[in-house]
Amino acid sequence: MALYIHLFLFIPVVGFLLSLLVREKNEGTLVGVALATTGVNFLALIGFTGYWIAGGAQPVNVRDMSIYRDEHFDFFLDFYFDYVTATFLFVGAAISLMVVIYSRYYMHKEAGFKRFFNTVLFFYLGYMIVVLAGNFETLFVGWEVLGISSFLLIAFYRLRYLPVKNAIKVFSIYRVGDVGILLAMWMSHHLWHENITFAKLLNYDLVHEHLAAHSGTGVFISLMILVAAMAKSAQLPFSAWLPRAMEGPTPSSAIFYGSLSVHIGAFLLLRTFPFWEHQTAVRWLIAAVGVGTAVVTTMTARVQSTIKGQIAYSSAAQIGIIFVEIAAGLHVIALVHFVGNAFLRMYHLLISPSVVAYLIREQFYNYTPPEARPAVARRHRIQDALYLLSLKEWHLEALIFRLLFHPLKQLRRPLGFLTIKTVAWVLAPLYLAGMLLAYADWAMPTTVKHGLAVTAGVLAFAMVAKAYNERTSSRLAWLLIFFAHFFVDLAVTFNDHLNIKEATIYLSGIVVSGILGYFVLHRVRAFSRHGVGLNQFHGLVTQHKVYAFVFLVACLGMAGFPITSAFFGEDLILTHIHEDQFVLAALVSITFIINGIAVIRIYARVFLGHSRRSYQRTTELTI
Amino acid sequence: MESESMGFDEHHALEHLRHYLPAQAALKDFVHHNTLHAFQQEAFHDALWQASVQFGYSTYLSVDAFRAHYRSGRILPQTVAQVVGAYCAAEGLGAAEQQAAEQHWKDRMLNGDYSDVAIGSRLDQLRGLWKSVSMMNMDKVVQPILFRLLAAFLDQGVSIWQFPNQNLPFLDALRALERNGYVSLFKTPRPRQLLLDAQASLTDLLTLVVGDARYFEHYLFDQQFSHPGWSGFVSVVEQQPETLLSTRTITLRDLVYLELLLEIDALDDKLPGQWQPLSTAVVAPLTPLFAEVAGTELKTVLRLWQEAFEWSYFDGVLHGIQQSAKTAVAAAPVETSFQGLFCIDDREYSFRRLLEQVSDTCDTYGTPGFFGVEFYFQQEHGKFYTKACPAPVTPGFLIKETERKRKRKQDLHYSKYGNSLFRGWLIANTLGFWSALRLFIHLFRPTIMPAARNSFAHMDKHARLQIDATGETENGLQIGYTHAEMALRVGNVLKSIGLTRAFAPIVYIAGHGGSSVNNPYYAGYDCGACCGRPGAVNARVFAYMANHRSVRELLRQAGIDIPDATLFVGAMHDTTRDEMEYYEEYINTEAWQRAHDAHKKVFRKALALNAQERSYRFDTVNSGLPLKQLHKAVKRRSVSLFEPRPEWNHTDNALCIVGRKALYTGLYLDKRPFINSYDYSQDPDGRYLLNILNAAIPVCGGINLEYYFSRVDQMKLGAGTKLPHNIVGLFALNNGVDGDLRPGLPSQMVEIHEPVRILFVIEHSPAVVLRVIQSNPAIYEWVVNEWVLMTVSDPETQVLYRFREGQFHPYTPQAQALGQLRDEADMLRVIRKETATLLTTKPL
Repeated sequence: MALYIHLFLFIPVVGFLLSLLVREKNEGTLVGVALATTGVNFLALIGFTGYWIAGGAQPVNVRDMSIYRDEHFDFFLDFYFDYVTATFLFVGAAISLMVVIYSRYYMHKEAGFKRFFNTVLFFYLGYMIVVLAGNFETLFVGWEVLGISSFLLIAFYRLRYLPVKNAIKVFSIYRVGDVGILLAMWMSHHLWHENITFAKLLNYDLVHEHLAAHSGTGVFISLMILVAAMAKSAQLPFSAWLPRAMEGPTPSSAIFYGSLSVHIGAFLLLRTFPFWEHQTAVRWLIAAVGVGTAVVTTMTARVQSTIKGQIAYSSAAQIGIIFVEIAAGLHVIALVHFVGNAFLRMYHLLISPSVVAYLIREQFYNYTPPEARPAVARRHRIQDALYLLSLKEWHLEALIFRLLFHPLKQLRRPLGFLTIKTVAWVLAPLYLAGMLLAYADWAMPTTVKHGLAVTAGVLAFAMVAKAYNERTSSRLAWLLIFFAHFFVDLAVTFNDHLNIKEATIYLSGIVVSGILGYFVLHRVRAFSRHGVGLNQFHGLVTQHKVYAFVFLVACLGMAGFPITSAFFGEDLILTHIHEDQFVLAALVSITFIINGIAVIRIYARVFLGHSRRSYQRTTELTI
Repeated sequence: MESESMGFDEHHALEHLRHYLPAQAALKDFVHHNTLHAFQQEAFHDALWQASVQFGYSTYLSVDAFRAHYRSGRILPQTVAQVVGAYCAAEGLGAAEQQAAEQHWKDRMLNGDYSDVAIGSRLDQLRGLWKSVSMMNMDKVVQPILFRLLAAFLDQGVSIWQFPNQNLPFLDALRALERNGYVSLFKTPRPRQLLLDAQASLTDLLTLVVGDARYFEHYLFDQQFSHPGWSGFVSVVEQQPETLLSTRTITLRDLVYLELLLEIDALDDKLPGQWQPLSTAVVAPLTPLFAEVAGTELKTVLRLWQEAFEWSYFDGVLHGIQQSAKTAVAAAPVETSFQGLFCIDDREYSFRRLLEQVSDTCDTYGTPGFFGVEFYFQQEHGKFYTKACPAPVTPGFLIKETERKRKRKQDLHYSKYGNSLFRGWLIANTLGFWSALRLFIHLFRPTIMPAARNSFAHMDKHARLQIDATGETENGLQIGYTHAEMALRVGNVLKSIGLTRAFAPIVYIAGHGGSSVNNPYYAGYDCGACCGRPGAVNARVFAYMANHRSVRELLRQAGIDIPDATLFVGAMHDTTRDEMEYYEEYINTEAWQRAHDAHKKVFRKALALNAQERSYRFDTVNSGLPLKQLHKAVKRRSVSLFEPRPEWNHTDNALCIVGRKALYTGLYLDKRPFINSYDYSQDPDGRYLLNILNAAIPVCGGINLEYYFSRVDQMKLGAGTKLPHNIVGLFALNNGVDGDLRPGLPSQMVEIHEPVRILFVIEHSPAVVLRVIQSNPAIYEWVVNEWVLMTVSDPETQVLYRFREGQFHPYTPQAQALGQLRDEADMLRVIRKETATLLTTKPL
């Protein structure tokens, strides 16, 4: 069994890596790799599922290698296969296969042909990991892969302003979802004193026993899971990102926002159902979110005058219903609904360019002129008000901005004191002094230590907030993000005596990425003295393709993506924050989140967007 | 307030603005036009440079691209020398200076470094100041809601919930909506009051926002060119409301008015009571948008490269035409098996060439594909008329279809109810599964689906057309034609192409259209001369007229004697599928039937060969397949959901030949010329020539220049790649859900197009041609400003003349002896532009 489950992951990994090696011009080979990857995986899956059903369809749990372990922390990979996994795998593999075949002709001659297939395969890998994950840690690996591949596909037309802007927007919302997962992981460490597997959640007695003692903790975890699910599945109040994600080539929108990616929230809820099954309030809340979304997005969908906007909102509405079905425990219905909705929206998006010919013809035969209707009756006035409200998307965008990003932007002025000089002359010495203090093991009252921890956390937060708001110097922003990691490390050291080994695991990845990124920014002359500020897009990718890629990798490392040890370092750090230290936990996780957004923002501003320098250079035709 | 706004003429400013906006109609009426029509009163190169400096458009290929063409041999050294020589000679220098100047420019062309020349634009100097004054990205705040309101108001059927009061003029509809009392369009009270009071003029609003009246016009350009797509479309709807089936009343002024209100709203919200009109922030003087534009070295270099690029090709072609004209003088008369009239379209040229290659007894002609019959067509049960003639013509006739047999196919997937909540649930749980299966099957066996645009479905082959005048009129249109009206039209067409004697037993009148699926540009694939519709109806109407006894009698009196043994048969060529449909209702003798059956075989062979020839440009079809399979693959391709290029359309168009077949019959010109058949000897004073050029210059020139500009600036003048496009209200496209509309052509139509101006080659004496083009100032503007290039082949002497600065000057091609077309490899050399043209092996 374990062998097969490994195979489902091994094939996409190999496929993705191979696709990176194929040369840009070699369309045939690229398609071959993508077809082989998705095709073989699809067939293997069909075969395995048949065999599994014949064998009684019992859930399979595969405990995999430990990536890091010490006496109180064990970061291990775990995979799980049950009927939910089977359904999601089937739909994912089928849709990916079809979209790959479709794109083989559709993407022909497109400037980013290779990038497209690389990213789709990367996404596919992430999807497989999420769906097969047996614990939160494994799921989080895939989750992050989905986030970054989404960013890359929305910003596929990277020389234009809107795709890049919207990619950052969607990425930011996804990061909010990531907070949910991070905090849920943090709290469940404390609840279970181990990295719990989804398989164990099926054990009613175990769950019940733990939750009975810590009902608040249980609710907290459930809420965090819900936040993550809402963000990923475009539920209220996050719905407005979904139509804005429709910036990439139509097949990528079909696979991501029409069908697979957008249902991952529903998957997360299905997967964690045994955990919150007996928290009645949580179930009602999930149902309420679903109903609210269904109502609001249906109305919004009805006033959309672009076809993709309409499909996006209607899909979100159906997912709202799926949330209700899951909350009600109707899992088979929810799964059937998921399959139907995913296929339908994929198809709708792929045939969306046809609607002009079709509907114009229908209009030709069935047209009736619009009626005059004076809006005097109260009924009409309410209708008009709802119409306008729906046209304004129920102010959801403004709401998210006001709640989440506006406060952060407000910090721009107060944080003006953070400059390169402050970093060099104040923060660096402060960090060293802090480290001495922390490791000197002087007897200090715990409250002082905790106070120092929070102070360091606040500083780390201030640094990433400044980096997020920085408009001129990419160097300053990069350095601040870099040092913020050290201050997080310092905070945790004060808090719970992080040992050197743990600190090394966490920071080594950061140091490598930080230096690499700094080097690239220096090489492509992207500092403010070269006239490259962060207040606009510079599109350097047209001149520096390779450096742009290297910098992206450095960014991922810096943001703690699962490519360096910093990834489980982040998880490790969180285990050193106690379950009652909400302030510190919030500070650290928000720092991680903003860090990711700020890093991607630097990448986008420096390398993406339209370059004004390109007038006499041959640029891509397909923009 | 009054004194400050003096000197600003609202109407004049809006008209000036409108002149520069894109003028593309709704998708269903896709008609090609010169993208930079606003600059057409200037000479071509000056206009392009102005457009670059003032509006920031790229107007040529990049210098790097030209140099690459030079290295590859596409641009010839001798042509560069000739072009540079001519440029320097115009300066009137001495011999030594001339040589130095030539050397200088050649060196600049090859070695000048222009990589850091930033793209210029004078836009946004003024309105861009908001960013520093208010710390706000005005476009980001204003545009989403502005576009949303416009799209919702104009929407033709995407949204389920219609904009309330769509029958009112735009601003009145907004007022009605605003009066709901619960939700406002605005965030702040002032703009709301301004809208509801309806007292403020545009000037008042501009005074509020901009302040100083001197800057109003500049501000309007800045503002509207931040979203030229929407502004252009609103302007088109204002002037041609019929471009939307469900008409709306909206003006450019309404759009500006609303946008100003939204700007006031944004400013009041961000800086309540603290902002000043923008003119107070102007410190440095602004460069007026239309101030004189100085030429630079780069301008000259680009111009020289462009001309060298164009003439490297044209020179070879002209050489070929001269050879062809010289050798083809006395072709032996043969018994003609059939004649065929086709559209002047470049796609029909290749088909005609292949027809004549398959059967050397057939004889074909090119003429605009509406065949001189202009009318509105009404499909049975259709609620609207469709125009079946070139866009600028306004017909007074109506042709009705009756007794239609073919049923319209429907598809639940396009039902909008899939997007409502409960029915959506039902559909997702049922149809959803079916979608997956359907897509899966389609991926391997693409077939025509109901959503496809099927060119043969425009008119039902088996339906009846009411062509004879009934004496009735409908909405001011006369139903059908009288016999005299018919004879006039048939006579005009036959005379203009010189087909007035030696009629074959069957004369085919073949319109054309293109089937495609998943293609919002479908109308651009049909016949441009039929206003972006398939030309089947016109072909059938023409055939009916020409077969009519009394019409023939009238024609006989006019000197055209069509024998009783001659039959006209309507037909239509589907250019994406290479299929023909024939309208055989008049074939009533066995002799005709037999002949027709034999001809169909010829057509079938030529269609397959045409598919093969087209396949050389389709990288995803294997041209090496046996002919039958290849044709099948091309047909499948045309209706594949996943194929963004059903065909290459007018890609690579570069020539327009007006003359007898002798000019081109011995040449292989790929698919690059438009051809209008014309016999100078039957038109000594150029009366028919004027008619031909009146249509051909704007139509072919428009197609050519739209391809040109979409190719050189995909970002601003083209529509970008099709793949991320989103349909807006069934009338236009944008990227994502809140971008500006994208007029122009997508990269999938132009990416392999060679951006050269079109070269007209006219067969007549230069004196007559000059008189003809000068007789219509609108036409002459195209020629004298060199938006189209013109040459004349004198039929008496075979001397070529090239039009420059108001005169025809003799032109001697420099090209060496022409190669022979022997095999596929030779053909590919022309298709890949390694050589301009080749002589066909067919005996002349």
